[in-house]
Amino acid sequence: MKVYGWGRFPVVAAESFAPVDTATLQEIIADKQNRAIICRGAGRSYGDSSLAETIVSSRFLDSFAEFNSAEAIIDCGAGVILGDILKLAIPKGLFLSVLPGTKTVSVGGAIAADIHGKNHHIDGCFSNFVISFNLLLASGEVVQCSHTENTELFQATCGGMGLTGVILSARIQLKEISSVTINQRSIVASDLDNCLDILDEHNESKYSVAWIDCLAGKQSLGRSIVYLGEHGDDDNLQVKTRRGPSVPFSTPSFLLNKYTMKAFNSSYFAMRGKNVDSRAVTYDSYFFPLDNIRNWNRLYGAKGFLQYQLVIPTEFGKAGLREVLSEVNSAGKGSFLAVLKRFGCANENLLSFPIEGYTLALDFKYDQNLMPLLGKLDKIVLANNGRIYLAKDALMDATTFKASYPKWEAFCELKKKVDPDNRFRSLQSNRLGITAETAQ
Amino acid sequence: MKILIIGATSAIAKATARIYAEQGQELFLVARNEERLLELADDLKVRGASSAEYRVFDLANTSQHQQILDQAFDVLNHLDLTLICHGSLPNQEACETNFELAQQEINLNGLSVISMLTIIASKLKTQGSGTIATLTSVAGDRGRQPNFVYGAAKSMVSTYLQGLRGKLLPFNIHVIDIRPGLVDSPMTAQFEKGALWSTPELVAREIVKAIAKKQHTVYTPGYWRIIMAVVCAIPEILFKRLKI
Repeated sequence: MKVYGWGRFPVVAAESFAPVDTATLQEIIADKQNRAIICRGAGRSYGDSSLAETIVSSRFLDSFAEFNSAEAIIDCGAGVILGDILKLAIPKGLFLSVLPGTKTVSVGGAIAADIHGKNHHIDGCFSNFVISFNLLLASGEVVQCSHTENTELFQATCGGMGLTGVILSARIQLKEISSVTINQRSIVASDLDNCLDILDEHNESKYSVAWIDCLAGKQSLGRSIVYLGEHGDDDNLQVKTRRGPSVPFSTPSFLLNKYTMKAFNSSYFAMRGKNVDSRAVTYDSYFFPLDNIRNWNRLYGAKGFLQYQLVIPTEFGKAGLREVLSEVNSAGKGSFLAVLKRFGCANENLLSFPIEGYTLALDFKYDQNLMPLLGKLDKIVLANNGRIYLAKDALMDATTFKASYPKWEAFCELKKKVDPDNRFRSLQSNRLGITAETAQ
Repeated sequence: MKILIIGATSAIAKATARIYAEQGQELFLVARNEERLLELADDLKVRGASSAEYRVFDLANTSQHQQILDQAFDVLNHLDLTLICHGSLPNQEACETNFELAQQEINLNGLSVISMLTIIASKLKTQGSGTIATLTSVAGDRGRQPNFVYGAAKSMVSTYLQGLRGKLLPFNIHVIDIRPGLVDSPMTAQFEKGALWSTPELVAREIVKAIAKKQHTVYTPGYWRIIMAVVCAIPEILFKRLKI
């Protein structure tokens, strides 16, 4: 069947399985000796990291094993999506410590991509709150990994894009909250420098993120709205369950062009009359604004889109981001979803994306002329000691990857130990030179 | 509400059980695989079920049906809702040349369901209340080349339910026939999915709604009623040439 990531590019023909338990999964892996296998969670990584000849979905490994509200621990299958955890946790005054821009990612995917949220500068990545997980290795053996047990494997698997094995289940530490209301403060920044200054200045703010208008050029290059957030204390522990409308099919992609996006961005900006605004918003609208339009990825048309998320270390941040934005701006390829945020320190994991600095995420509608632009961006990112997020990447070459993820060799060495025959490989791992295209 | 779910580890049953668990209902689960049943029971308790008992049975073995239902009644004392979900998706091609296989499939998807219905009906008559919801399939609406063994078994159950519904009416027992369309489940993981496919979660939400509203024959998602009406309206002279 045809399978693709959230960006709907690339599309591949793959054999798919949705095992219902570990035994079935072990059978599939033993059975598919000569085929590349990769695990796929909720299908929310953008590019080709969950694509291979044989795809095993963890979608039906979605049971809760235990919820200990006293100790704020949840134990669940890798296919459980974060939104389902929130549904259980919120009424008990608990919350996930790290939330990405959508609540529909799976626990397994969150670990494999070592996802980050709007509080990375304070709390770090998802793996910080993973107490332990069970990993099915290529040999069929199941091992438990944690910060203290099988540490090497833990550090390779968190951020390891599913290449060490299949994550079966995990124990996650939740945090206490007294309300799910987010007290949001929005500040308008006139240009890039101003935006970064505001982010730096509010580094103490629990959550922070900036929506950036990458179509605005010249003096207003990088004009943005910074959204700061803190948990409220109004005792609101209500789960939001309303389901928004869905985009039923791929809309004609010409609807999203330079002009419509410019109009969208300008009106979005114009709607913010005041420079500083404070209001209480629901957690859903603060963390997951796009979840309200289900299947929003179809808006980019049948050919799909690419998301490009980069991080540039603090010292090169201003100049580097300016270069990136100018390049995007002059190519006229900007997206209406550009997000900028500040990262805290990197962690010990071998392939985790975040390093201390500024991260920028851009969407580009797929077309042939995009490749030269992304090639240029890759060079700028590299020259500024930055890197690109693997959960979103679909095009980076092996040289760029190896130059920007210095622990890649350690990762490959560990992979050799746990998966000597390279059973687990994806289109992405082949492209990045982590695995060879055929079994070894 | 006290709910018995037969074939509880199937994808649709599981998704439906989860909705009832979130409502805090009392559940009694029956299926063949102990490990998966145990996992499901724990999951339902975490999600809020006030209880989730289970028993391991192979439902193809109709001689055990009385025993299963006796145990369910012993535990629950009363039965508000019975959801019959067990079944399998036969290999049509293989069944066409191997009667034993076809018989096995028809036994499981057709006769074993009727065996269950027979025993439940008599228990509920004594109780004087209750709802029986049975999962059949849109495949039962018309025999089609790709899956008429499955379709024949399911239409047997649907026809049975139509008659049973009237028979149980004086006893204040409601009978629902639920006909899901194409559902993306472990059973169909390898199929190419088009726009008509839906998820077990969506089907489960519609099942819960239909049960609450005491509907009779439910197509889920709803557009399958139209699709199947069209399929049934095709003249046989043309239909016999179609491989749909």
